[in-house]
Amino acid sequence: MTSPGLPPAQDVVDSVLTAAGGSSDHCVVLVEDTSEVEVRFANNSTTTNGNRRNRTVTVISMRENAAGTSAGVSRRGGDVDVVELVRAAERDAGESPPADDVSPLIGPEEVTALAASRDRFDAPPGSTDLSVLSEVLSGLSGTFSRARAGDYVVAGYAEHRRGTVYLGSSSGVRLAHEQPEGALQLLARSADGSASTWAGVGTPDFADVSIEALEERLRGRLAWSDRQLERPAGRYEVILPPEAVADLMVNLAFEAGGRDTEDGKTVFSRPGGGTRVGDTLSPLPFDLRSDPAEPGLECSPFLAAASSWGDTSVFDNGMPLGRTDWIAGGRLERLRYHRAGASRSGTRPAGFIGNAVLELPGATGTVEDMVARTERGLLLTCLWYIREVDPATLLLTGLTRDGVYVVEDGAVVGAANNFRFNESPVDLLARVTEAGAGTRAFGRELGEDFNRTRMPPLRVPDFNMSSVSQAS
Amino acid sequence: MAAARDAALGEAQRLGCTSTEFRVERIHSQHVRLRDGDLEGAADDTELGVGIRVVIDGGMGFAATVAAGADEAAELVVRAVDAARTIARAGGGRVELAPEPSHGSVTWSSPYTVDPVDVPLADKVALLADWSGRLLAADQVDHVTAHVLAVTEDTYYADLAGTEATQRRVRVHPVVEALALDADNGFETMRTVAPPAGRGWEYLQGDGWDWDGELASLPGLLGDKVRAPSVEAGQYDLVVDPTNLWLTIHESIGHATELDRALGYEAAYAGTSFATFDQLGVLQYGSPVMHVTGDRTTPNGLATVGIDQEGVPGQSFDLIRDGILTGYQLDRSIAAISGLGASNGCAFADSPLHVPIQRMANVCLQPADGEGPSTEDLIAGVDHGLYIIGDKSWSIDMQRYNFQFTGQRFFRIEHGRLVGQVRDVAYQATTTDFWGAMEAVGGRSTYVLGGAFNCGKGQPGQVAPVSHGCPSVLVRGVRILNTRNESGR
Repeated sequence: MTSPGLPPAQDVVDSVLTAAGGSSDHCVVLVEDTSEVEVRFANNSTTTNGNRRNRTVTVISMRENAAGTSAGVSRRGGDVDVVELVRAAERDAGESPPADDVSPLIGPEEVTALAASRDRFDAPPGSTDLSVLSEVLSGLSGTFSRARAGDYVVAGYAEHRRGTVYLGSSSGVRLAHEQPEGALQLLARSADGSASTWAGVGTPDFADVSIEALEERLRGRLAWSDRQLERPAGRYEVILPPEAVADLMVNLAFEAGGRDTEDGKTVFSRPGGGTRVGDTLSPLPFDLRSDPAEPGLECSPFLAAASSWGDTSVFDNGMPLGRTDWIAGGRLERLRYHRAGASRSGTRPAGFIGNAVLELPGATGTVEDMVARTERGLLLTCLWYIREVDPATLLLTGLTRDGVYVVEDGAVVGAANNFRFNESPVDLLARVTEAGAGTRAFGRELGEDFNRTRMPPLRVPDFNMSSVSQAS
Repeated sequence: MAAARDAALGEAQRLGCTSTEFRVERIHSQHVRLRDGDLEGAADDTELGVGIRVVIDGGMGFAATVAAGADEAAELVVRAVDAARTIARAGGGRVELAPEPSHGSVTWSSPYTVDPVDVPLADKVALLADWSGRLLAADQVDHVTAHVLAVTEDTYYADLAGTEATQRRVRVHPVVEALALDADNGFETMRTVAPPAGRGWEYLQGDGWDWDGELASLPGLLGDKVRAPSVEAGQYDLVVDPTNLWLTIHESIGHATELDRALGYEAAYAGTSFATFDQLGVLQYGSPVMHVTGDRTTPNGLATVGIDQEGVPGQSFDLIRDGILTGYQLDRSIAAISGLGASNGCAFADSPLHVPIQRMANVCLQPADGEGPSTEDLIAGVDHGLYIIGDKSWSIDMQRYNFQFTGQRFFRIEHGRLVGQVRDVAYQATTTDFWGAMEAVGGRSTYVLGGAFNCGKGQPGQVAPVSHGCPSVLVRGVRILNTRNESGR
C-alpha cells in the first residue's frame, strides 16, 4: 500500500510528465516505494530494529540542441513538490554538456513482451511488516535459550523488504516491478570466543526459511571446532562453499563493464587493445549468466536507471532485460554495455540484471559430497572484507571467516585458524578441478547488496592463503 | 516541524516512553562524474524524512517515514512502540540508555564559505573538465576520471529530556585519477591524495589543498610508476605518509576501539575486536610514542558535530595513551551496558530512516610534541625501506588483527634517500605488531587530516563520513608483498 500521507505513485508519474510536457524535450520518471522491516540480535538478545517506508522520485529531463542531447537528473524523497523537482532536473539538463550515452527513449512497442510489468503499473506498491518475520521472532527466544545452555552466543540479522519501482516516460512507456527480498543470517560463537560459524539464506518471503535448520547447522559446525588445529600460510586444496563462490563471482561480474574493458582498465582487457571476449577463461565449461526469469531468483525484467554510470544509461530506462550469458562453456561471452556504447562497439547492449548464476553443466553433489572425496584440504565457511588489489588481474584480497575446517581422508577432523587470501576469481575459474550442484547462495560480504545468486561449491587445488589471521 | 515534534513527543509521553528522540533530516547530495573530460553522469539527490526512536518497558523501537506531518509523526511513535514490544517478546535484554541531561537549544554548523550543493552543475562540470584536460594533455596519461561528491546535511533533533538541536554539516570529496597504458607493463593508475573535507566548495578552489600543484605532479609520477620496477617482497622499514596512514588508523584503531564491537554487538556483521573490554588500561596497543584520540570536534572533520543523534555534545577523548589502550568510542546504550557512565557522543545514523548506532569519531594519531621530525627527517633514518603515499586497497579481518593495504605511490629509500618508485606493493601486518614497531611520529608540520565518506557498519548497512588526522610515521620491519607474485604471475 502507498504510505500514509503520500499520493499514489501513478499520480506522481502523471504529474511529473505533465509538468515536464511543455519544457522538457523528453522525460523519464521513476517512483520507488519501499517498505522494510528488520531486527538485529547479538549476545543472545535482540538489539536494534527498524520499520520504515520510503519513497524516492527521480526525474530525468532531456534537452536537445544543436550540439546534442543533454540529461539532467534530480531525485527527492517523500511527498515531493513535482514542479520544483521537474524544474531542477531541467535546470541541470540545461547546464550539462551533451551526453555521450544518448539513445532514443524506449517506446511502448519495445516493451510489448513485458505484459506483467505493464499491468503491475496500475497496482499499489507492495508493503511488509514485522509479521513476515513472525516465525523467526517466535523461534529466537528458543534459539537464545539453547545457546545459553550450550555455552555459545548467537548473533544475527533478519530483514525483509518490498520495493516497487514505477517507470513512466514521455515516450509512453508505463512499467512497474515489485521486488520482494529478505535474508536471515545467524552467527554462533563459542562462549570463550575461540570459534565461530555462520549461515545465511536469501529469500523472497521467509516461507522457505527455518531458523531451527540454520541453528542445527551451526551447532554441528561448532562441534567441529572442538578440535583446534593450527595451519600455516601457504597454498591449500580448498572447498569453497556456494556462499564464498557467490562473493567471488559477483566481484567478477561487477568487473565486466564493456567501456572500462575497452579502455584497457580491467582483467578482461586485451593487452595492446580490445577485449578478451571469446577467450577461454576455464578449461571446464562453466556458464555464468543473469536472467530476470531465473526460477527462484526472479528480478526486474526491465532496466530502471536513476543515473548514468559506466555501462548504465538513463536513456535506456525501460529497456527489456533477458537472459545474458556472461561466460558460456568456459568462454568469456558478453560484457555490459548501454545501448549507445554497444552501438559504438558494434555489439549488443547488456544491462545490469539483479541475479547471477554460475553452473557447470552436469555437475552434481553437495559440499558434503566433495568433503567425502577430499584426501587433504580445507573447507571454508565464507569470505570477508574482500577488496580489489590489482585490477589488471582482478587480484582480490580478503579473509576466511567463521570457520575453516580441516578435511582429512574424506572427513572434517577439526577447525583451523583463519587466513588472509590473495586470489583472482578469474584465475580461480581456470584452476577449479571440481564443481557441485548449484544452490541458492547468500554471500557473506555482498549478499545484502546482491541477494539473488545460485552457485555451486568449487574445489580449488592451490588456493593462496597469504598469511594467518588470529581472528576467531 | 514544531507540530510534528510536539505530536511525536506528546504521543511518546502519553504512551509511557522513558526515552524518545525525534529527528528530521534533509540530506542533499550531488555526485558529478567525468570520464576523459566528458560528463558521464550527474545526480542531485535530496533525502527528507523523520525517524523516531523510543525506549519503553525496557525495549527499544525505531520507526521512520518520508511523510512529515504531525499525524504521521504520532503514528510513527505508535509503530516504534509496537516494534519495541514485539521485539522484546522475542527475547531482548532490557535496554538502558546512559543518562544525558538536557542541553537546551543548540545551533551548530560546519565552517564553510560556499555551500557546495548550491554551486551550479555547469560550474562543477567546468572545473572537473579543466582538471581532466590538464592531465589528458600530458603524454604519460591515457585516461582520466574525475568526480566530486558534495553533501549538505541538515538535522533537527529533539528529545524528551529537553534538548533541541539544529545543525548543518557540509562536506566535499573531489577525486581525480589518471591511467597510463604501457605495452610492457599493462596499466597503472595514479589518484589525487587530497582528502575529503568538512568544507564548502572553496576547498576545490584551493582553500585547504594545493590542487594545482598536485594535478601538475600527477603525470610525471604516473609515468615513473608505470615504468617502475616491481617491488622485491620482504621486510622493509616504512615511512608512511598521512595520506596513507589515515586508512590504517581507521581500520586497525578506529573500528577496534568501538566498544559495541568489543562487546559483541557487531559480531554478526562488521565483527568484534581484539581490543576486548577487559584489556582497557592494560593492552599494549603500540609503541610509547603512540597517542590516539577520538573527537567529534576537529575543525573540518567529517565526523564533527555540535550534538550527536542521542543528544550528546561533540567532545574529545583519549583512546590510546603512551601506547596503552585507555578508552573506547561509546553511544548511550553501550555506555550503560559497559558501566562507563556516559556516552562520549558517538551515535550517528546515515539517514533519517535509519536507527542511530555507535559510529566512529574522528580518530587521530597525535604528532610528536614540540617541533618534531619532518618527513625528510624520518626518511633520513631509514637504510632500506619504502615511503608510501596515498591510499588504495584495504582489508582487515573481523577482529582487526590482520590487515593488508596498498597505496598510490611507493618510493624506495636507500641510505636515507628516496631513489625512485617501485610498483606492485602491498604491506601486511598484525595490528599490535605494526603499531608496536612504530619508532617515531612526525611533527605537527607533517600532520594531515585524511578521511572517507563511506565507512560501512551496521545492518541494514549504514555509511558514515569520518576523518583521521595523523603525522608521517616511521615503522620498522613490515612485511611487503609483491602483488603480481601474489596473483601467481
